[in-house]
Amino acid sequence: MSWSHYSIFSVLRESLRGHTGWGPAWRDAAPKSDYDVVIVGGGGHGLATAFYLAKHYGPLRIAVVEKGWIGGGNVGRNTTIVRSNYLLPGNIPFYELSMQLWEQLEHELNYNAMVSQRGVLNLYHSDAQRDAFARRGNAMRLHGVDAELLDQDAVRKMVPFLNFENGRFPIHGGLLQRRGGTVRHDAVAWGYARAADKLGVDIIQNCEVKGFKREGDRIVGVETTRGYIGARKIGMAVAGSSSRVAAMAGLRLPIESHVLQAFVSEAIKPFIDGVVTFGAGHFYISQSDKGGLVFGGDLDGYNSYAQRGNLPVVEDVCEGGMALMPRIGRVRLLRHWGGIMDMSMDGSPIIDHTPVQGLYINAGWCYGGFKATPASGLCFAHLIARDAPHPVAKAYRLDRFATGHAIDEKGMGPHPNLH
Amino acid sequence: MRIACPYCGERSLDEFLYSGDATVKRPDFASPTATEEFVSYVYERTNPPGMHRELWYHAAGCHAWLVVTRGVATHQITSVEAAREVALKEKSATKDTK
Repeated sequence: MSWSHYSIFSVLRESLRGHTGWGPAWRDAAPKSDYDVVIVGGGGHGLATAFYLAKHYGPLRIAVVEKGWIGGGNVGRNTTIVRSNYLLPGNIPFYELSMQLWEQLEHELNYNAMVSQRGVLNLYHSDAQRDAFARRGNAMRLHGVDAELLDQDAVRKMVPFLNFENGRFPIHGGLLQRRGGTVRHDAVAWGYARAADKLGVDIIQNCEVKGFKREGDRIVGVETTRGYIGARKIGMAVAGSSSRVAAMAGLRLPIESHVLQAFVSEAIKPFIDGVVTFGAGHFYISQSDKGGLVFGGDLDGYNSYAQRGNLPVVEDVCEGGMALMPRIGRVRLLRHWGGIMDMSMDGSPIIDHTPVQGLYINAGWCYGGFKATPASGLCFAHLIARDAPHPVAKAYRLDRFATGHAIDEKGMGPHPNLH
Repeated sequence: MRIACPYCGERSLDEFLYSGDATVKRPDFASPTATEEFVSYVYERTNPPGMHRELWYHAAGCHAWLVVTRGVATHQITSVEAAREVALKEKSATKDTK
């Protein structure tokens, strides 16, 4: 028999049986002719949506259709950081809900997602930046989120090897969120897929959506490479390709697709125990449990659907790293890769109805989608099931640009490559 | 990726700044539907997966604005024109039709 519940007992038993009893974590489902809800996109957000729909809003017949394979998109391409250190009221409750869902995730999914609340430390390098961080920390605390403003001595105790006396960018202190940290990204995809499958969700891989079928204003199904699938409601969670999929429904989105690169070094001994970000450039780093330094920086900065980037940004990211912690200079780069980001016009996501009845959109995650995975799934499920926005995601409207309610966390204006 | 500036020749990417879609046009403020047109102009983008006409600024070079046509899935650049020339061409084309 296969062990569908993972526990110390199943591990012990299987270790005695030579691990011959493990079954596949989820079924390789073939598409049925018709579902109550079809989720387009089997990434973290799509799978989480299907899971919460089945768990809290069922019974529903649900399918997730995925062009490639589970874990092959941005959920397997990010730098695994989770945090809820936002500034604006439209964002904080949403990301804090996500943080709380991360804290419960492994129990909820019965899956080891390696949730590690090792702390996220954002460094500041000037008086003005300290004031901005104090403001952000206060905004967080007013919403019940943990935040601590550290001076230089406190940062020195945590990470003594940083370049504190850098001539241009001396480190004055940092804003610390202790509950932030990292989560094993692939395990999030696999855990949600397995848990959704157990609740009866069909996960259909290698199934690309080719078009939507409408009757009047209403959506009635999707054309896919594996045939037509009828659906009462369709939710799209296809970050990176949102404009392409939405165009099939005749929509033009406030989104540009951009490439973001991420990097991992060869494995070294334990060195950095939290997440550290450089405030004077754009550089963030943590160390995986295997020992590799996982880091990243800015977008390449131009529209791209190629899942690879260019060399000037590699140089820029490495310069940021060297300015912050010169001792990583001799560590060799193992791999680097690119993922396609939905860059929205204000840097914030969209979870909303579309003008097409029965078609819902979850998009515009910029490069902060991974940390939002659980709350995005829960709020999108709520929207699809109830036809009303979840209370913490009310601000993420598609029409907010037209009505002047943009949520511009960085104050950059409608320039997607600067968010 | 290298961009062949019509004034400076082929230069490295890090000399240029990107300014997005070059096909959106500022609407007429006197149009009765100006509000909707401006929302579309400022915020909505076609974001095509194939060829993309886009504005680049040669910031660390000759300071010219360029209209670059580039495949966004391949990063291959098929044409680079000075934005001024493109605008003048469009202007004379609209004059001709009038």
